[in-house]
Amino acid sequence: MILNRRTLMGTGAAGLALGVLAPGAARAQAGSLTIAYNVNLPSWDPTVGPSAVNPTIQGIYQSVFDQYIAQAPNLDFEPGLITEWGWTGGNSGIRMVVREGVTWHNGDPFTAEDVVWSLERAGDPDTGNPIQFVWSKVGNYRINGNVITADVLEFEPTLFKWMGFLTGYVLPKNYHERVGAAGFEAAPVGTGPYMVERFERNAFLRLRANPNYWGGVPEFETVTLKFVTDASSRVAEIESGASDITLEIPYEEFDRLTARPGLAGTTTPVSDIGMIFLNDVEPMTDPNVRRAMAHAIDKELIVERLLEGYGVPIDTLQTPQYAAFDPSISVPYDPRRAAELLAASGYGPDNPVRFTIQTTRGFKPKDYEMILAIVGLWRRVGIEAEVEVYEIAKHFELRAADQLAPAAFYNWGNSVGDPATSTGFAMFGPSPHSVWDGQEMIDMIGPLWGEADEAARIEGYKAVDRRIAEDALVIPLIQYVQPIVHRADLAVTPHVSGALHPHRVRNAG
Amino acid sequence: MPARELAIRLLASLVTLFGVAVVVFVVIRIAPGDPIAMMLPPGADEDDIARLRALHGLDKSIWSQFWIWLGGVARGDFGVSISIRQEVLPVALGRLPATLELATLALLIATALGGLLAAAGTLGRSTGAEAAVDVWNGVTLSVPDFLWGLAFILLFGVVWPLFPVSGRISPSLDPDYATNFLLAESILRLYFETLSDLLTHMALPAAALALPLSAVIAQLLKQSLKEAMAQDYAMLARAKGFSEPAVILREALRNAVPPTLALVGVQFTFLIGGTVIVERLFSYEGLGNLAIDAVINRDLPLIQGIVLVFSALFIAVNLLVDLVNAWLNPRLRDG
Repeated sequence: MILNRRTLMGTGAAGLALGVLAPGAARAQAGSLTIAYNVNLPSWDPTVGPSAVNPTIQGIYQSVFDQYIAQAPNLDFEPGLITEWGWTGGNSGIRMVVREGVTWHNGDPFTAEDVVWSLERAGDPDTGNPIQFVWSKVGNYRINGNVITADVLEFEPTLFKWMGFLTGYVLPKNYHERVGAAGFEAAPVGTGPYMVERFERNAFLRLRANPNYWGGVPEFETVTLKFVTDASSRVAEIESGASDITLEIPYEEFDRLTARPGLAGTTTPVSDIGMIFLNDVEPMTDPNVRRAMAHAIDKELIVERLLEGYGVPIDTLQTPQYAAFDPSISVPYDPRRAAELLAASGYGPDNPVRFTIQTTRGFKPKDYEMILAIVGLWRRVGIEAEVEVYEIAKHFELRAADQLAPAAFYNWGNSVGDPATSTGFAMFGPSPHSVWDGQEMIDMIGPLWGEADEAARIEGYKAVDRRIAEDALVIPLIQYVQPIVHRADLAVTPHVSGALHPHRVRNAG
Repeated sequence: MPARELAIRLLASLVTLFGVAVVVFVVIRIAPGDPIAMMLPPGADEDDIARLRALHGLDKSIWSQFWIWLGGVARGDFGVSISIRQEVLPVALGRLPATLELATLALLIATALGGLLAAAGTLGRSTGAEAAVDVWNGVTLSVPDFLWGLAFILLFGVVWPLFPVSGRISPSLDPDYATNFLLAESILRLYFETLSDLLTHMALPAAALALPLSAVIAQLLKQSLKEAMAQDYAMLARAKGFSEPAVILREALRNAVPPTLALVGVQFTFLIGGTVIVERLFSYEGLGNLAIDAVINRDLPLIQGIVLVFSALFIAVNLLVDLVNAWLNPRLRDG
């Protein structure tokens, strides 16, 4: 792994010592924390609309709302608002135990009714929950004290994982029914570590610590999230001392800032990968071309030269933190092998195979530059790819319509770490997210959707990943690393999901 | 401007707005990016896509959608934002004051700076002073506003951290105002702490917007002043013993202002357009910043609403400039 040197730096060991801020920097008030956040928060309901499936704002939601099941910083699942969960009756039912002694931010007691109402609302197609297709697979809820049981209408092995994933939030039944959707947007109420004090869309969010938080009172009484979407402005925020923490800045700036006295940083591999989708159209129907493309890419070189060492080369759609990661699956950089494979199909530097590769530019760190480097490596072995830049919105549209170019760069997040939500959805032909429609993948992945034996399911996905790697049906590139810069007298616990949680920030002293 | 002409202009404005509505509606639907594809979760199937499409009214034909939307607009209902999930018109109008105040402040800075430069150039005409003014104008005009913004962030946000580089107001302040015209209300209520905070937040973005415009104003006003200074009435004033600054202020300026004012009116609309990028750069909570989010999220109702509000604003500003011009210039008023 290339990350060693950076990881050492990223832990910020030296930076955790108390430091003096840069001249002119304004120290934060005691008990308050200001974060220059990289995205805006469009909407407060974490269960409906496009915001609900936007991974980058889940950290904000998780500051105010609790999930049914929580995720530790290393993605391990841990009790959230339900403390016990499991299947019953041979997967024909579920049983959940609701946490006791929790109150909503408005003082109302949190009850099992809130959980059932939230789950039923999520499963109702009229509410607009984008993950409704999962939540609707359970019904007929029954409440007995703080124990909830329900019938499984259709077995979904990842159901409980979704309870810690997108839209898996519990909302207050009585409050929501009383104020309605608009009232909830105006004054959201959760059970999370922080309460919303003031929200100015596109500007800032001011949070106040929840004194009754079941997970312990947060360290900082007031947290202000400034929505600073421009990376250079975020650098200025942290460098001038106007903010105490920022994230998602260029890696070059990370190195520069963390070398300054008074600032420290972390770099954490997160659940977000860069990959090249291959569409099963000419010339990608030729396995020699696909395999040659994969073998001709020197991922370690790309990480070292383009990403300043901040990235982890990967050979499957699973990162080391995911449940189905198999380190034995490898697709080595082997340009000679790539040339041989191309020659077997009649291609070479003098007679290159030609196709278009689509990529975003600036959507992810060095995305365009990475593809240019890959195209250069391909050219050496006899692959001539024409680069076409598209917007991320266009990517979604083309992918849903199965009209991507033969090769298309994209990033895929999967903070739940399950192979179904990475390999499964990306490579299962009938999924709107897959552009590879091969029958072999459909036959291999299809039975895994409802596989009740968890070990068998994980092993099944490992076999799928191995087959994908052998046949180069997709080209995984790197696992992204998230840079966070902060005041040196703070201790920040990064989360592999990429969510920056204010309640995981402590005074280092 | 006669009442009849005013009525014709208002009618033409409505036609213009309708044209804008048609164009924006069609363009954003043929532009790349499907809002439903943007919100598809992993595992969504064709039924889920159809359900989401119907939920947002996108399952109907474009013309059906257009007439439904236009009917709503005529009733003041601009639809509901897909991403924010609130009614578009109140959201857009709620942001408009921030943008108007920023643009107005930028205009004031540009006018003051441009006026001073023009006066300096006129006083020192055909000397090194005029050349210096011309060089300065060339520099400020050739650098776009957002690059000035980046330079200001670096200079006055980092190297000499004199001004905040993000936001419109400090999050710690809670002004309990009746409107979102925070600057105007602070002045009217004599809330100097809030006023100072607002001005320090607006200083850098307003200056970034103002610099290129100040150069335009300076160049045009200087030219007009130079022409006016060669007129008989200026010479008469000099013969009466008026100093050069007095001739400029008391005689030449009055005649040099109308052509500059007409240009300023046009430039003001461009300046409002420039706020889109500058607001984003400084995380300023105006209409432009909201517009970028709307485009990123392919929030069709919000994009349509913002464009219509911007268009109405442009039309209103141009109409206002024409009215002021007519008031200042008797030849236009009578014609």
